Amino acid sequence: MNLSLLVWGDAGWGDELFFGALMTIAVAAASYFLGILFGIGFAAMKLSRHPSLHIIADIYTTVIRGIPELLIIYLVFFSGGNLLRIIAKGVFGYGEFIDLPIFVTGMLCIGLSAGAYATEVIRGAVLAVPVGQIEAARAIGMSKTKRFYRILVPQVARYALPGLGNVWQLTLKETSLISVIGLVEIMRQASIGSGSTKEPFTFYFAALLLYLVLTSFSNRGFLWAEVRANRGVREV
Amino acid sequence: MNWELMNESWPELLAAVPVTLTLAASSLFLGFFLALGISLMRVSKIWIFSNFAYFFVYLFRSTPLLVQIFLIYYGSGQFRDFFESIGLWVFFREAWFCAILSLTLNTAAYSSEIIRGGIQSVPFGQIEAAKAVGMSKFLLFRRITFPVAIRQALPGYGNEIILMVKATSLASTITLLEITGVAKKIISATWSPIEIFVIAGIFYLVINFIVTRIIQSLEIRLSPQLFRDRKSWWQSLTQNGKRTVGTQQTFR
Repeated sequence: MNLSLLVWGDAGWGDELFFGALMTIAVAAASYFLGILFGIGFAAMKLSRHPSLHIIADIYTTVIRGIPELLIIYLVFFSGGNLLRIIAKGVFGYGEFIDLPIFVTGMLCIGLSAGAYATEVIRGAVLAVPVGQIEAARAIGMSKTKRFYRILVPQVARYALPGLGNVWQLTLKETSLISVIGLVEIMRQASIGSGSTKEPFTFYFAALLLYLVLTSFSNRGFLWAEVRANRGVREV
Repeated sequence: MNWELMNESWPELLAAVPVTLTLAASSLFLGFFLALGISLMRVSKIWIFSNFAYFFVYLFRSTPLLVQIFLIYYGSGQFRDFFESIGLWVFFREAWFCAILSLTLNTAAYSSEIIRGGIQSVPFGQIEAAKAVGMSKFLLFRRITFPVAIRQALPGYGNEIILMVKATSLASTITLLEITGVAKKIISATWSPIEIFVIAGIFYLVINFIVTRIIQSLEIRLSPQLFRDRKSWWQSLTQNGKRTVGTQQTFR
Protein backbone atom coordinates (compact mmCIF):
# COMPACT_ATOMS: atom_id res chain seq x y z
CA MET A 1 0.00 0.00 0.00
CA ASN A 2 1.66 3.17 -1.24
CA LEU A 3 0.28 6.09 0.72
CA SER A 4 2.34 8.64 -1.21
CA LEU A 5 -0.24 8.20 -3.98
CA LEU A 6 -2.65 10.18 -1.88
CA VAL A 7 -0.59 13.37 -1.47
CA TRP A 8 -1.82 16.73 -2.68
CA GLY A 9 -0.66 18.09 -6.03
CA ASP A 10 0.45 16.69 -9.38
CA ALA A 11 2.34 13.78 -7.87
CA GLY A 12 -0.60 12.37 -5.93
CA TRP A 13 -4.33 11.98 -6.04
CA GLY A 14 -5.16 13.90 -2.89
CA ASP A 15 -6.48 16.98 -4.65
CA GLU A 16 -8.47 14.91 -7.16
CA LEU A 17 -10.13 12.99 -4.35
CA PHE A 18 -10.80 16.23 -2.50
CA PHE A 19 -12.58 17.72 -5.51
CA GLY A 20 -14.42 14.43 -5.88
CA ALA A 21 -15.62 14.87 -2.32
CA LEU A 22 -16.80 18.40 -3.13
CA MET A 23 -18.74 16.98 -6.08
CA THR A 24 -20.28 14.36 -3.78
CA ILE A 25 -21.36 17.09 -1.39
CA ALA A 26 -22.76 19.20 -4.23
CA VAL A 27 -24.78 16.40 -5.81
CA ALA A 28 -25.95 15.14 -2.43
CA ALA A 29 -27.10 18.62 -1.39
CA ALA A 30 -28.91 19.20 -4.68
CA SER A 31 -30.63 15.79 -4.52
CA TYR A 32 -31.52 16.29 -0.87
CA PHE A 33 -33.11 19.65 -1.62
CA LEU A 34 -35.05 18.12 -4.52
CA GLY A 35 -36.00 15.17 -2.33
CA ILE A 36 -37.42 17.43 0.35
CA LEU A 37 -39.45 19.29 -2.27
CA PHE A 38 -40.80 15.96 -3.54
CA GLY A 39 -41.38 14.92 0.06
CA ILE A 40 -43.43 18.02 0.87
CA GLY A 41 -45.47 17.67 -2.30
CA PHE A 42 -46.23 13.98 -1.95
CA ALA A 43 -46.81 14.23 1.80
CA ALA A 44 -49.43 16.91 1.06
CA MET A 45 -50.98 14.51 -1.46
CA LYS A 46 -50.99 11.67 1.04
CA LEU A 47 -52.68 13.88 3.63
CA SER A 48 -55.25 15.30 1.23
CA ARG A 49 -58.85 14.14 1.18
CA HIS A 50 -58.86 13.35 -2.52
CA PRO A 51 -58.48 9.60 -3.00
CA SER A 52 -56.89 10.00 -6.43
CA LEU A 53 -54.05 12.16 -5.07
CA HIS A 54 -53.62 9.69 -2.25
CA ILE A 55 -53.29 6.80 -4.70
CA ILE A 56 -50.73 8.64 -6.84
CA ALA A 57 -48.57 9.39 -3.78
CA ASP A 58 -48.93 5.80 -2.57
CA ILE A 59 -47.79 4.46 -5.92
CA TYR A 60 -44.83 6.83 -5.91
CA THR A 61 -43.56 5.79 -2.49
CA THR A 62 -44.23 2.08 -3.01
CA VAL A 63 -42.53 1.92 -6.39
CA ILE A 64 -39.53 4.06 -5.50
CA ARG A 65 -38.94 2.30 -2.19
CA GLY A 66 -39.36 -1.15 -3.72
CA ILE A 67 -37.04 -0.78 -6.72
CA PRO A 68 -33.25 -0.52 -6.53
CA GLU A 69 -31.85 2.97 -7.02
CA LEU A 70 -29.38 1.58 -9.53
CA LEU A 71 -32.22 0.50 -11.81
CA ILE A 72 -33.78 3.97 -11.57
CA ILE A 73 -30.42 5.53 -12.41
CA TYR A 74 -30.11 3.34 -15.50
CA LEU A 75 -33.67 4.24 -16.54
CA VAL A 76 -33.12 7.98 -16.28
CA PHE A 77 -29.62 7.79 -17.74
CA PHE A 78 -30.69 5.87 -20.82
CA SER A 79 -34.05 7.52 -21.38
CA GLY A 80 -33.46 11.08 -20.14
CA GLY A 81 -31.79 12.31 -23.32
CA ASN A 82 -34.47 10.75 -25.48
CA LEU A 83 -37.26 12.28 -23.46
CA LEU A 84 -35.57 15.67 -23.54
CA ARG A 85 -35.18 15.35 -27.33
CA ILE A 86 -38.87 14.58 -27.78
CA ILE A 87 -39.84 17.56 -25.63
CA ALA A 88 -37.35 19.85 -27.39
CA LYS A 89 -38.60 18.75 -30.79
CA GLY A 90 -42.27 19.04 -29.90
CA VAL A 91 -42.08 22.35 -28.07
CA PHE A 92 -39.20 24.23 -29.66
CA GLY A 93 -38.76 22.39 -32.97
CA TYR A 94 -35.15 21.71 -32.00
CA GLY A 95 -34.04 18.46 -33.58
CA GLU A 96 -30.39 18.24 -32.56
CA PHE A 97 -28.99 15.68 -30.21
CA ILE A 98 -29.09 16.79 -26.60
CA ASP A 99 -28.06 14.90 -23.54
CA LEU A 100 -29.13 15.41 -19.98
CA PRO A 101 -26.02 16.45 -17.99
CA ILE A 102 -24.88 13.62 -15.71
CA PHE A 103 -25.16 15.87 -12.68
CA VAL A 104 -28.84 16.51 -13.45
CA THR A 105 -29.51 12.82 -14.12
CA GLY A 106 -27.94 11.86 -10.83
CA MET A 107 -29.71 14.61 -8.96
CA LEU A 108 -33.07 13.55 -10.39
CA CYS A 109 -32.58 9.88 -9.52
CA ILE A 110 -31.26 10.34 -6.01
CA GLY A 111 -33.77 13.15 -5.42
CA LEU A 112 -36.64 10.88 -6.47
CA SER A 113 -35.50 8.17 -4.11
CA ALA A 114 -34.83 10.57 -1.23
CA GLY A 115 -38.25 12.08 -1.87
CA ALA A 116 -39.99 8.78 -1.22
CA TYR A 117 -38.37 8.47 2.20
CA ALA A 118 -38.85 12.17 2.96
CA THR A 119 -42.56 11.83 2.13
CA GLU A 120 -43.07 9.36 4.94
CA VAL A 121 -41.00 11.42 7.38
CA ILE A 122 -42.91 14.63 6.66
CA ARG A 123 -46.27 12.90 6.69
CA GLY A 124 -45.50 11.46 10.10
CA ALA A 125 -44.35 14.85 11.36
CA VAL A 126 -47.56 16.55 10.19
CA LEU A 127 -49.64 13.88 11.90
CA ALA A 128 -47.65 14.42 15.09
CA VAL A 129 -48.91 17.99 15.44
CA PRO A 130 -51.81 17.88 17.92
CA VAL A 131 -55.16 18.63 16.27
CA GLY A 132 -56.11 20.74 19.25
CA GLN A 133 -53.52 23.34 18.31
CA ILE A 134 -54.96 23.75 14.83
CA GLU A 135 -58.43 24.00 16.34
CA ALA A 136 -57.21 26.61 18.81
CA ALA A 137 -55.59 28.62 16.02
CA ARG A 138 -58.83 28.47 14.10
CA ALA A 139 -60.77 29.48 17.17
CA ILE A 140 -58.80 32.70 17.64
CA GLY A 141 -59.42 33.50 13.99
CA MET A 142 -56.13 32.75 12.26
CA SER A 143 -56.39 32.56 8.52
CA LYS A 144 -55.44 29.37 6.71
CA THR A 145 -52.02 30.66 5.61
CA LYS A 146 -51.26 32.01 9.05
CA ARG A 147 -52.18 28.66 10.61
CA PHE A 148 -49.85 27.01 8.15
CA TYR A 149 -46.86 29.27 8.77
CA ARG A 150 -47.29 29.91 12.47
CA ILE A 151 -48.53 26.58 13.80
CA LEU A 152 -47.86 23.81 11.34
CA VAL A 153 -44.49 24.61 9.71
CA PRO A 154 -42.42 25.30 12.85
CA GLN A 155 -43.59 22.14 14.57
CA VAL A 156 -43.44 19.90 11.51
CA ALA A 157 -39.87 21.07 10.91
CA ARG A 158 -38.96 20.13 14.47
CA TYR A 159 -40.64 16.74 14.39
CA ALA A 160 -39.25 15.91 10.97
CA LEU A 161 -35.65 16.85 11.76
CA PRO A 162 -34.38 13.48 13.05
CA GLY A 163 -36.03 11.62 10.16
CA LEU A 164 -34.70 14.09 7.63
CA GLY A 165 -31.25 13.61 9.13
CA ASN A 166 -31.53 9.91 8.31
CA VAL A 167 -32.68 10.77 4.79
CA TRP A 168 -29.58 12.96 4.39
CA GLN A 169 -27.28 10.10 5.42
CA LEU A 170 -29.06 7.86 2.94
CA THR A 171 -28.77 10.46 0.18
CA LEU A 172 -25.08 11.01 0.84
CA LYS A 173 -24.38 7.30 0.57
CA GLU A 174 -26.58 6.82 -2.47
CA THR A 175 -24.66 9.43 -4.45
CA SER A 176 -21.89 6.83 -4.76
CA LEU A 177 -24.17 5.03 -7.23
CA ILE A 178 -24.01 7.94 -9.68
CA SER A 179 -20.39 6.98 -10.31
CA VAL A 180 -21.65 4.11 -12.50
CA ILE A 181 -22.91 6.61 -15.07
CA GLY A 182 -19.72 8.63 -14.94
CA LEU A 183 -20.15 11.58 -12.60
CA VAL A 184 -16.68 12.26 -11.21
CA GLU A 185 -17.32 12.17 -7.47
CA ILE A 186 -15.47 10.25 -4.76
CA MET A 187 -16.18 6.76 -6.09
CA ARG A 188 -15.48 7.59 -9.71
CA GLN A 189 -12.27 9.38 -8.82
CA ALA A 190 -11.20 6.38 -6.75
CA SER A 191 -11.93 4.07 -9.70
CA ILE A 192 -9.91 6.25 -12.05
CA GLY A 193 -7.06 6.39 -9.56
CA SER A 194 -7.02 2.67 -8.91
CA GLY A 195 -7.23 1.97 -12.64
CA SER A 196 -4.13 3.97 -13.43
CA THR A 197 -2.02 3.01 -10.41
CA LYS A 198 -3.09 -0.62 -9.93
CA GLU A 199 -3.61 0.05 -6.23
CA PRO A 200 -7.37 -0.37 -5.83
CA PHE A 201 -7.29 -0.96 -2.09
CA THR A 202 -5.47 2.29 -1.38
CA PHE A 203 -7.99 4.31 -3.34
CA TYR A 204 -11.17 2.62 -2.22
CA PHE A 205 -9.95 2.79 1.34
CA ALA A 206 -9.37 6.52 0.91
CA ALA A 207 -12.92 6.78 -0.50
CA LEU A 208 -14.23 4.87 2.50
CA LEU A 209 -12.50 7.29 4.86
CA LEU A 210 -13.85 10.29 2.96
CA TYR A 211 -17.40 9.00 3.24
CA LEU A 212 -16.83 8.25 6.90
CA VAL A 213 -15.72 11.84 7.48
CA LEU A 214 -18.66 13.26 5.52
CA THR A 215 -21.30 11.17 7.31
CA SER A 216 -19.74 11.73 10.74
CA PHE A 217 -19.62 15.49 10.36
CA SER A 218 -23.09 15.81 8.92
CA ASN A 219 -24.40 13.56 11.67
CA ARG A 220 -22.89 15.95 14.21
CA GLY A 221 -24.53 18.82 12.37
CA PHE A 222 -27.95 17.23 12.51
CA LEU A 223 -27.57 16.40 16.20
CA TRP A 224 -26.67 20.02 16.86
CA ALA A 225 -29.66 21.21 14.82
CA GLU A 226 -31.91 18.88 16.79
CA VAL A 227 -30.70 20.24 20.11
CA ARG A 228 -31.18 23.78 18.81
CA ALA A 229 -34.63 23.10 17.45
CA ASN A 230 -35.73 21.57 20.75
CA ARG A 231 -34.26 24.23 23.04
CA GLY A 232 -37.69 25.66 23.82
CA VAL A 233 -39.31 22.32 24.46
CA ARG A 234 -39.80 21.00 27.95
CA GLU A 235 -38.26 17.60 28.41
CA VAL A 236 -40.50 14.99 29.88
CA MET B 1 -44.14 0.90 -25.68
CA ASN B 2 -42.48 -1.83 -27.66
CA TRP B 3 -44.55 -4.86 -26.68
CA GLU B 4 -42.60 -7.21 -28.87
CA LEU B 5 -39.36 -6.39 -27.10
CA MET B 6 -41.05 -6.78 -23.72
CA ASN B 7 -42.36 -10.14 -24.79
CA GLU B 8 -38.90 -11.19 -25.91
CA SER B 9 -36.95 -10.01 -22.92
CA TRP B 10 -39.02 -11.01 -19.91
CA PRO B 11 -37.82 -14.64 -19.87
CA GLU B 12 -34.23 -13.44 -19.76
CA LEU B 13 -35.01 -11.15 -16.84
CA LEU B 14 -37.00 -13.88 -15.10
CA ALA B 15 -33.99 -16.14 -15.37
CA ALA B 16 -32.04 -13.56 -13.36
CA VAL B 17 -34.54 -13.60 -10.48
CA PRO B 18 -32.94 -16.67 -8.83
CA VAL B 19 -29.57 -14.89 -8.82
CA THR B 20 -31.06 -11.93 -6.97
CA LEU B 21 -32.88 -14.23 -4.58
CA THR B 22 -29.79 -16.36 -3.92
CA LEU B 23 -27.67 -13.29 -3.19
CA ALA B 24 -30.30 -11.81 -0.88
CA ALA B 25 -31.18 -15.05 0.88
CA SER B 26 -27.63 -16.24 1.52
CA SER B 27 -26.38 -12.90 2.76
CA LEU B 28 -29.47 -12.42 4.94
CA PHE B 29 -29.09 -15.91 6.39
CA LEU B 30 -25.39 -15.50 7.19
CA GLY B 31 -25.89 -11.87 8.18
CA PHE B 32 -28.58 -12.73 10.70
CA PHE B 33 -26.30 -14.93 12.77
CA LEU B 34 -23.47 -12.45 12.55
CA ALA B 35 -25.89 -9.69 13.58
CA LEU B 36 -27.05 -11.72 16.55
CA GLY B 37 -23.45 -12.10 17.68
CA ILE B 38 -22.68 -8.45 17.14
CA SER B 39 -25.76 -7.23 18.96
CA LEU B 40 -24.88 -9.46 21.92
CA MET B 41 -21.37 -8.00 21.88
CA ARG B 42 -22.86 -4.53 21.68
CA VAL B 43 -24.98 -4.99 24.80
CA SER B 44 -22.25 -6.88 26.64
CA LYS B 45 -20.62 -5.27 29.64
CA ILE B 46 -17.10 -6.14 28.55
CA TRP B 47 -15.90 -2.91 26.98
CA ILE B 48 -13.67 -4.46 24.34
CA PHE B 49 -16.62 -6.40 22.92
CA SER B 50 -19.04 -3.51 22.98
CA ASN B 51 -16.49 -1.11 21.52
CA PHE B 52 -15.61 -3.49 18.74
CA ALA B 53 -19.28 -3.99 17.90
CA TYR B 54 -19.87 -0.25 17.98
CA PHE B 55 -16.96 0.37 15.63
CA PHE B 56 -18.06 -2.37 13.22
CA VAL B 57 -21.61 -1.04 13.06
CA TYR B 58 -20.42 2.54 12.72
CA LEU B 59 -18.04 1.70 9.89
CA PHE B 60 -20.53 -0.27 7.83
CA ARG B 61 -23.49 2.01 8.40
CA SER B 62 -21.77 5.26 7.55
CA THR B 63 -20.14 4.24 4.28
CA PRO B 64 -21.87 3.35 1.02
CA LEU B 65 -22.31 -0.34 0.21
CA LEU B 66 -20.71 0.28 -3.19
CA VAL B 67 -17.42 1.27 -1.51
CA GLN B 68 -17.56 -1.86 0.64
CA ILE B 69 -18.15 -4.10 -2.37
CA PHE B 70 -15.37 -2.48 -4.42
CA LEU B 71 -13.01 -2.54 -1.47
CA ILE B 72 -13.50 -6.27 -1.04
CA TYR B 73 -13.65 -7.26 -4.72
CA TYR B 74 -11.12 -4.93 -6.35
CA GLY B 75 -9.19 -4.05 -3.20
CA SER B 76 -8.35 -7.66 -2.43
CA GLY B 77 -6.52 -7.82 -5.77
CA GLN B 78 -3.86 -5.51 -4.39
CA PHE B 79 -2.96 -8.12 -1.80
CA ARG B 80 -3.15 -11.05 -4.15
CA ASP B 81 0.19 -12.51 -3.10
CA PHE B 82 -0.82 -12.42 0.53
CA PHE B 83 -4.17 -14.07 -0.13
CA GLU B 84 -2.50 -16.69 -2.31
CA SER B 85 -0.01 -17.47 0.39
CA ILE B 86 -2.74 -18.14 2.94
CA GLY B 87 -4.84 -19.95 0.35
CA LEU B 88 -7.81 -17.58 0.35
CA TRP B 89 -7.34 -16.19 -3.14
CA VAL B 90 -9.67 -18.83 -4.62
CA PHE B 91 -12.46 -17.13 -2.67
CA PHE B 92 -11.54 -13.51 -3.21
CA ARG B 93 -11.17 -13.83 -6.96
CA GLU B 94 -14.83 -14.94 -7.17
CA ALA B 95 -17.33 -12.12 -7.63
CA TRP B 96 -19.96 -14.31 -5.96
CA PHE B 97 -17.93 -14.69 -2.81
CA CYS B 98 -17.08 -10.99 -2.62
CA ALA B 99 -20.67 -9.93 -3.23
CA ILE B 100 -22.06 -12.23 -0.56
CA LEU B 101 -19.28 -11.31 1.89
CA SER B 102 -19.89 -7.57 1.55
CA LEU B 103 -23.67 -7.91 1.60
CA THR B 104 -23.43 -10.14 4.67
CA LEU B 105 -21.21 -7.72 6.57
CA ASN B 106 -23.43 -4.81 5.57
CA THR B 107 -26.70 -6.42 6.57
CA ALA B 108 -25.11 -7.68 9.79
CA ALA B 109 -24.27 -4.12 10.79
CA TYR B 110 -27.76 -2.82 10.07
CA SER B 111 -29.68 -5.74 11.55
CA SER B 112 -27.54 -5.89 14.68
CA GLU B 113 -28.87 -2.45 15.56
CA ILE B 114 -32.43 -3.65 14.94
CA ILE B 115 -31.88 -6.71 17.13
CA ARG B 116 -30.16 -4.60 19.79
CA GLY B 117 -33.25 -2.41 19.92
CA GLY B 118 -35.30 -5.57 20.45
CA ILE B 119 -32.99 -6.90 23.16
CA GLN B 120 -33.01 -3.62 25.04
CA SER B 121 -36.79 -3.43 24.90
CA VAL B 122 -37.17 -6.63 26.90
CA PRO B 123 -38.72 -5.54 30.22
CA PHE B 124 -36.21 -5.87 33.00
CA GLY B 125 -38.78 -7.42 35.30
CA GLN B 126 -39.02 -10.44 33.00
CA ILE B 127 -35.28 -10.97 33.14
CA GLU B 128 -35.30 -10.57 36.91
CA ALA B 129 -38.14 -13.07 37.19
CA ALA B 130 -36.21 -15.55 35.03
CA LYS B 131 -33.15 -15.10 37.23
CA ALA B 132 -35.30 -15.54 40.31
CA VAL B 133 -36.56 -18.92 39.15
CA GLY B 134 -32.96 -19.92 38.61
CA MET B 135 -32.61 -19.97 34.83
CA SER B 136 -29.07 -20.22 33.53
CA LYS B 137 -27.79 -17.41 31.33
CA PHE B 138 -28.21 -19.42 28.16
CA LEU B 139 -31.69 -20.65 29.05
CA LEU B 140 -32.67 -17.10 29.96
CA PHE B 141 -31.54 -15.89 26.55
CA ARG B 142 -33.23 -18.74 24.70
CA ARG B 143 -36.53 -18.64 26.57
CA ILE B 144 -36.97 -14.97 27.54
CA THR B 145 -34.69 -12.46 25.84
CA PHE B 146 -34.56 -13.90 22.35
CA PRO B 147 -38.28 -14.61 21.81
CA VAL B 148 -39.33 -11.20 23.14
CA ALA B 149 -36.58 -9.35 21.28
CA ILE B 150 -37.29 -11.05 17.97
CA ARG B 151 -40.96 -10.08 18.12
CA GLN B 152 -40.02 -6.50 18.83
CA ALA B 153 -37.44 -6.44 16.03
CA LEU B 154 -39.50 -8.15 13.35
CA PRO B 155 -41.06 -5.09 11.62
CA GLY B 156 -37.67 -3.38 11.41
CA TYR B 157 -36.08 -6.55 10.15
CA GLY B 158 -38.71 -6.78 7.43
CA ASN B 159 -37.58 -3.38 6.18
CA GLU B 160 -34.00 -4.60 6.25
CA ILE B 161 -34.91 -7.61 4.09
CA ILE B 162 -36.40 -5.29 1.47
CA LEU B 163 -33.35 -3.05 1.60
CA MET B 164 -31.19 -6.12 1.05
CA VAL B 165 -33.22 -7.25 -1.95
CA LYS B 166 -32.61 -3.79 -3.37
CA ALA B 167 -28.96 -3.84 -2.37
CA THR B 168 -28.28 -7.00 -4.38
CA SER B 169 -28.55 -4.79 -7.46
CA LEU B 170 -25.08 -3.47 -6.62
CA ALA B 171 -23.66 -6.92 -7.30
CA SER B 172 -24.15 -6.09 -10.98
CA THR B 173 -21.26 -3.63 -10.68
CA ILE B 174 -18.89 -6.52 -10.03
CA THR B 175 -20.00 -8.56 -13.04
CA LEU B 176 -22.78 -10.62 -11.44
CA LEU B 177 -25.80 -10.78 -13.70
CA GLU B 178 -28.78 -10.43 -11.40
CA ILE B 179 -31.97 -8.60 -12.39
CA THR B 180 -30.47 -5.11 -12.61
CA GLY B 181 -27.35 -6.40 -14.36
CA VAL B 182 -29.38 -8.23 -16.99
CA ALA B 183 -31.68 -5.21 -17.37
CA LYS B 184 -28.70 -2.96 -18.01
CA LYS B 185 -27.29 -5.43 -20.51
CA ILE B 186 -30.55 -5.54 -22.47
CA ILE B 187 -31.01 -1.77 -22.24
CA SER B 188 -27.59 -1.03 -23.67
CA ALA B 189 -28.16 -3.54 -26.46
CA THR B 190 -31.67 -2.44 -27.45
CA TRP B 191 -31.68 1.15 -26.20
CA SER B 192 -35.25 0.93 -24.98
CA PRO B 193 -34.93 1.55 -21.23
CA ILE B 194 -38.57 2.09 -20.33
CA GLU B 195 -39.83 -1.33 -21.43
CA ILE B 196 -37.04 -3.19 -19.66
CA PHE B 197 -37.36 -1.01 -16.59
CA VAL B 198 -41.06 -1.82 -16.32
CA ILE B 199 -40.44 -5.57 -16.39
CA ALA B 200 -37.47 -5.50 -14.01
CA GLY B 201 -39.34 -3.12 -11.71
CA ILE B 202 -42.35 -5.44 -11.61
CA PHE B 203 -40.10 -8.35 -10.62
CA TYR B 204 -38.60 -6.35 -7.76
CA LEU B 205 -42.01 -5.13 -6.61
CA VAL B 206 -43.43 -8.65 -6.64
CA ILE B 207 -40.49 -9.98 -4.62
CA ASN B 208 -40.83 -7.19 -2.09
CA PHE B 209 -44.60 -7.58 -1.92
CA ILE B 210 -44.21 -11.25 -1.09
CA VAL B 211 -41.54 -10.46 1.52
CA THR B 212 -43.75 -7.90 3.26
CA ARG B 213 -46.66 -10.34 3.31
CA ILE B 214 -44.54 -13.11 4.79
CA ILE B 215 -43.19 -10.80 7.47
CA GLN B 216 -46.64 -9.51 8.26
CA SER B 217 -48.12 -12.96 8.65
CA LEU B 218 -45.14 -13.96 10.77
CA GLU B 219 -45.77 -10.93 12.96
CA ILE B 220 -49.40 -11.93 13.39
CA ARG B 221 -48.43 -15.51 14.14
CA LEU B 222 -45.82 -14.52 16.71
CA SER B 223 -47.80 -11.86 18.52
CA PRO B 224 -51.48 -12.41 17.77
CA GLN B 225 -52.50 -10.35 20.79
CA LEU B 226 -51.53 -7.21 18.88
CA PHE B 227 -53.69 -8.10 15.91
CA ARG B 228 -56.89 -9.20 17.61
CA ASP B 229 -59.12 -6.79 15.77
CA ARG B 230 -57.30 -6.91 12.49
CA LYS B 231 -57.92 -9.46 9.83
CA SER B 232 -54.87 -10.73 8.02
CA TRP B 233 -54.77 -10.46 4.30
CA TRP B 234 -54.86 -14.21 3.91
CA GLN B 235 -57.71 -14.68 6.34
CA SER B 236 -59.86 -12.06 4.73
CA LEU B 237 -59.48 -14.08 1.55
CA THR B 238 -60.08 -17.50 3.04
CA GLN B 239 -62.37 -17.53 6.02
CA ASN B 240 -64.64 -14.52 5.81
CA GLY B 241 -62.91 -13.10 8.81
CA LYS B 242 -64.35 -14.81 11.89
CA ARG B 243 -61.20 -15.10 13.89
CA THR B 244 -61.20 -16.71 17.26
CA VAL B 245 -58.60 -15.42 19.62
CA GLY B 246 -56.67 -17.50 22.06
CA THR B 247 -57.41 -20.98 20.78
CA GLN B 248 -54.30 -22.06 18.93
CA GLN B 249 -51.83 -19.41 19.99
CA THR B 250 -49.70 -21.25 22.46
CA PHE B 251 -45.99 -21.00 21.74
CA ARG B 252 -43.59 -23.72 22.44
